[in-house]
Amino acid sequence: MDAAQDEFAIRVRDLVVGFGRQTVLDRLSLDVRRGEILGLVGASGGGKSVLMRTIIGLIPRRSGTIEVMGQPAGGHGRAAATAWGILFQQGALFSSLTVRQNVQFPLRENLVLSQELMDEIAIAKLEMVGLRPEDADKYPAELSGGMTKRVALARALALDPPILFLDEPTSGLDPIAAGDFDALIKTLQRTLGLTVFMVTHDLASLTTVCDRVAALADGKIVAIGPMRELLQSEHPWVRAYFHGKRSQMLQHEMR
Amino acid sequence: MNHEPMLLAAPSGDVLNLRPEGPWTAANVVTLETLSRSVGADVDRSRVVTLDMSGVSALDTLGAWVLEKLSRRATSSGRSAEFVGVADHFSGLMDEVRQVNRHTPAPTAAPNPVLARLGDLGKSTVGAREDITIFLQMLGALFMAIIGVLRRPRSLRLTSLVYQLYRIGWQAIPIVALITFLIGAIIAQQGFFHFRRFGAESYTVDMVGILVLRELGVLIVAIMVAGRSGSAYTAELGSMKMREEIDALSTMGLDPVDVLILPRVAALVIALPILTFIGSIAALYGGGLVAQFYGDMGPAIYIARLHEAISVTHFKVGILKAPFMALVIGIVACSEGLRVKGSAESLGRQTTTSVVKSIFLVIVLDGLFAVFFASIGM
Repeated sequence: MDAAQDEFAIRVRDLVVGFGRQTVLDRLSLDVRRGEILGLVGASGGGKSVLMRTIIGLIPRRSGTIEVMGQPAGGHGRAAATAWGILFQQGALFSSLTVRQNVQFPLRENLVLSQELMDEIAIAKLEMVGLRPEDADKYPAELSGGMTKRVALARALALDPPILFLDEPTSGLDPIAAGDFDALIKTLQRTLGLTVFMVTHDLASLTTVCDRVAALADGKIVAIGPMRELLQSEHPWVRAYFHGKRSQMLQHEMR
Repeated sequence: MNHEPMLLAAPSGDVLNLRPEGPWTAANVVTLETLSRSVGADVDRSRVVTLDMSGVSALDTLGAWVLEKLSRRATSSGRSAEFVGVADHFSGLMDEVRQVNRHTPAPTAAPNPVLARLGDLGKSTVGAREDITIFLQMLGALFMAIIGVLRRPRSLRLTSLVYQLYRIGWQAIPIVALITFLIGAIIAQQGFFHFRRFGAESYTVDMVGILVLRELGVLIVAIMVAGRSGSAYTAELGSMKMREEIDALSTMGLDPVDVLILPRVAALVIALPILTFIGSIAALYGGGLVAQFYGDMGPAIYIARLHEAISVTHFKVGILKAPFMALVIGIVACSEGLRVKGSAESLGRQTTTSVVKSIFLVIVLDGLFAVFFASIGM
């Protein structure tokens, strides 16, 4: 048991989630290893975000178990808040707070520390995600899309959580910014020893930063493994996803 | 694993050996701050500081920063500090932390408070002028839109107009009727109570009739509509602005004034007189009930007194004001909605501004009308 606890950051077993009559996730099982970057792909509306939100505790589950760092996941209390950081798709920065206050928010709510140290930590986080200290006093409405994502990442990392959830981190960014963001995630993952769970459609992110990729189709994980293995997968949806016209074109370019 | 973090200080002459131990993580931040403060004086005294990291069991950004800060404190005055025994899996983090907080942005000088106050005053004066300009622009745009509709009656958004009428007219009837009913009843009760002392109870009916028909009916209803529907308009248009829906409309060659604002303002202009009428009747009814149960005045006498006391003029004075008040509420609500910027906070601020401003303008307008009607003898 101990070995298994050490090996896996998130363990999902037989998870069933649905709304009304519709079943979105159907007896889904998924393991995320400690210290890896796992990419999750799936059709739009296929339940990727639902899976992520269920693990975080935002959506109730019908049955199944979820373990995070060896503990059964139960809702989103204060203890959970320090276990993971979440980067929402639109950033979800608090619009009435400055960038600095946004990053300090989790610190202020969860820890007792001096204002001086809090300021220094906030600036440190901002610099770690590649922003300048001058940006700290801006409001979210004044930020560009890429900067918003970086601030949201800094906020997600404020408490140094062991697990980081990313919901389409590179969507809406230009290829250069997306590439920079991928590199940033990789660097931070290495320095901070993070486990990263990433929902994405970006084939470039999948190839360059993800250690493993899981494919979600029909409410189940139909294939999981390094990108190379997934490209060999025989599952029709996975084949269609990675060998469709768009993907072929990209992969051709990459070769 | 779970014991408290410690910081062992071993000064030997000019050299200070610091040995942090245990988990240096955010969860223990209180201890960490105390520890780093307690060795501060020692650090300042020593010429060489070494930080032996081999005892650290866990480290995160916060812990690393506290240690880095100690070493910077030592190096700041030309002395030396070094980290030794940094475990491999912490070295990346230590390197990262070494690069942050290196330059502080120049603090922006706080402005002179007196000047700042004067500046605010100036800004709001210019802002008031801008408000008037925006109001007039919106009025003009609406006028142009109406001309366009008169030229081509088919361009009127009938569905939208009917829907808005349903929302702000039909759905508002119960609450408007209830509140004006209560107001009418309260005025009648006060009238009977105070007029009874000098035997002028029967004049209560005059007071209720004239007050409700001329002033209170339309004023109460207009204020309620400003709070209920004006705020809804501002919030709706504001969130449309935030989601770029209004820009999308413009790029499709449609004028947002035609599509969004004209039906809303027109619905208000149509609905407010009707609501005023309903509200006035409800208030008179409330007064009548109080007359029967509190003032011992039967319905027949109440109606007869009312018949004597009020004329069509009183009714006209009240109902004539309603469309103008509706126009003011509609224009303020819509133009405030269009002024919403990107953030949720701005939406809230603009909605508040809209309600406050339209209620203020409704009361000012009512005053102007009172002067006007008095001077033409109505």
